[in-house]
Amino acid sequence: MSNDERRKDFTTLSGLPVKRLYRSADLADVDYDRDLGAPGGYPFTRGIHPAMYRSRLWTMRQFAGFGAPEDTNRRFHYLLEHGQTGLSVAFDMPTLMGRDADHPLALGEVGREGVAVSSLADMEVLLRGLPLDRTTTSMTINAPANVVLAMYVVAAEKAGFPRQALGGTAQTDMLKEFIAQKEWIVPPQPSMRLIQDMLVFGTRELPRWNVISISGYHIREAGATAVQELAFTLADGIAYVQAGIDAGLEVDAFAPRLSFFFDCHVDFFEEVAKFRAARRMWARIMRERFGAKDPRSWWLRFHTQTAGVSLTAQQPMNNVVRTTLQALAAVLGGTQSLHTNSLDETYALPTEEAVRLALRTQQIIAHETGVADTVDPLGGAFFVESLTNTMESAAGAYIRRIDELGGMVRAVEAGYPQREIAEASYAFQQQLERREKVIVGVNEFVVPEEQPIPILRIDPQVERRQIERLREVRTNRDARRVEQTLAALRQATEQGDNTMERVIDCVKAYATLGEICDVFRAVYGEYREPAII
Amino acid sequence: MSVAMAQQRIRIVVAKPGLDGHDRGAKVVARALRDAGFEVIYTGLHQTPEMIVNAAIQEDADAIGLSILSGAHMTLFPRVMELLRERRAGDIVVFAGGIIPEGDIAPLKAAGISEIFTPGTSLEAIVTWVRDHVRPRGVPA
Repeated sequence: MSNDERRKDFTTLSGLPVKRLYRSADLADVDYDRDLGAPGGYPFTRGIHPAMYRSRLWTMRQFAGFGAPEDTNRRFHYLLEHGQTGLSVAFDMPTLMGRDADHPLALGEVGREGVAVSSLADMEVLLRGLPLDRTTTSMTINAPANVVLAMYVVAAEKAGFPRQALGGTAQTDMLKEFIAQKEWIVPPQPSMRLIQDMLVFGTRELPRWNVISISGYHIREAGATAVQELAFTLADGIAYVQAGIDAGLEVDAFAPRLSFFFDCHVDFFEEVAKFRAARRMWARIMRERFGAKDPRSWWLRFHTQTAGVSLTAQQPMNNVVRTTLQALAAVLGGTQSLHTNSLDETYALPTEEAVRLALRTQQIIAHETGVADTVDPLGGAFFVESLTNTMESAAGAYIRRIDELGGMVRAVEAGYPQREIAEASYAFQQQLERREKVIVGVNEFVVPEEQPIPILRIDPQVERRQIERLREVRTNRDARRVEQTLAALRQATEQGDNTMERVIDCVKAYATLGEICDVFRAVYGEYREPAII
Repeated sequence: MSVAMAQQRIRIVVAKPGLDGHDRGAKVVARALRDAGFEVIYTGLHQTPEMIVNAAIQEDADAIGLSILSGAHMTLFPRVMELLRERRAGDIVVFAGGIIPEGDIAPLKAAGISEIFTPGTSLEAIVTWVRDHVRPRGVPA
């Protein structure tokens, strides 16, 4: 057998070196109790629960949202009927930016990339007939998260579900918006101020609600490496914990209800190592840096989505295979919930058939493969433990750099993570061009002619109907009450009072999303990004 | 005139119409065009068609590269073309990329978009296309 190797250097997708063989000597510095621990025990490297999936499988939570609220409501009922166990709402671009469906910037965007929600009336339709006390709802909403959370609470209460019974998450992670996803309203500092209001409100009023979902997904999808995703996400988490403490909350009063959201890309072991390192790092950050005492504050609980960015328009059936491998890595990494992408998502939002196949992928992993029957099956593997250590030390170096810059809010204002990601994504694209990295069907194994696949079409009438409903809402509501509640919100914002109850009053009066966000725009100004390429 | 000199004079506005924040592709393409010797102006995010056309005219651009991943391309791309014609700048070459289904490509080309690059296109293919199809305005191709 030859000792020659296929390449001069082997590296992970993120560029970390990979050796030919890992041995016990690579783990000489690892102390089992200190660095791994038992599952369910500090530092939780092997999982946050002692029995993991033997006691409860991960939540299968497919992100969905398109068209009018009626369309998405129907998709939710469909997913629940097919065995999905949690809901996840995608909002359209105008909603994400705090704009009503009839705003000039909303032209052509209404209902296209998520569901359009401009007022409480839309939220009521979106949630119609859903068992909000038995299912948890995750909402990918950030800049106007306070308004959309208020709409959710009010609509649920009107449907007979008290706020204490509501379980779920509003993403509310603005730092990653400035870093990567880029849907914003006001600048970073006032954004953090509004998040503090939500943290305080959520901690006191919504005992089953996760107040922030600290998200690496968008950071990764914007071109970051696995190390950058890990580091920037945890650094964002540090900033939110500090914000909660600065708002006067005890760390253990809110930290157990922070959750995380990661990408799962296609480099299998690197992703498993990332999840394991994330748990260990967060446990140490919470205990050592913030002095948290409740073990639940040390837990890094996370949702995972397979990597949309890894899917290809070419030979789209191959995406099922990519997604399967990514989902398996997420499960072996110990995720608490999972979204599997559909094969058609490089063309459009997924069709019902494509989504069902994606959900079935999770069900096959859960019920047929046996991988969920023992805890952390890759734990102790020389390579996996070594890579977990490498991820931790590389991400730790980034976090120290961000601390030196004065924390993540300052780092974002200085454009630091944005530049690091732009560099990484350009470097990766160049590797593809040189074929140092292979994407099957794109830069290797290409076929000249391909069969088109069926795709979901959004009815262009959705935009017109949403605008009509919005006009009806504006006509039928009590205009004086709208004016009064908006004025009260403006006053609370200017005085620096907690704004959440005032936002709820506005929502109850059927003030629209755009009108409410205009108050924040007027008081704080709008964010403009320095264009970095 | 040498190829290098002609390229130096070519100015390209890379723009993100619509509200989606997916700017990885736009930035990577902008940087590749810059590295290939073109002058590149990146508008940043959340641009209306009016803002993009204004930028292109003010910057005296020879070409505009549009990127959109939100599904609003059938509304926003034709609107950019319409505004360019209204402003007597219909000779600016417009190319585009993003999440664009196969069936939308022909109508977009009929609306005046010169080329559509879909996911997986190499930077080299885009740079080569721009070299072959964009000339300084007023100079016949």
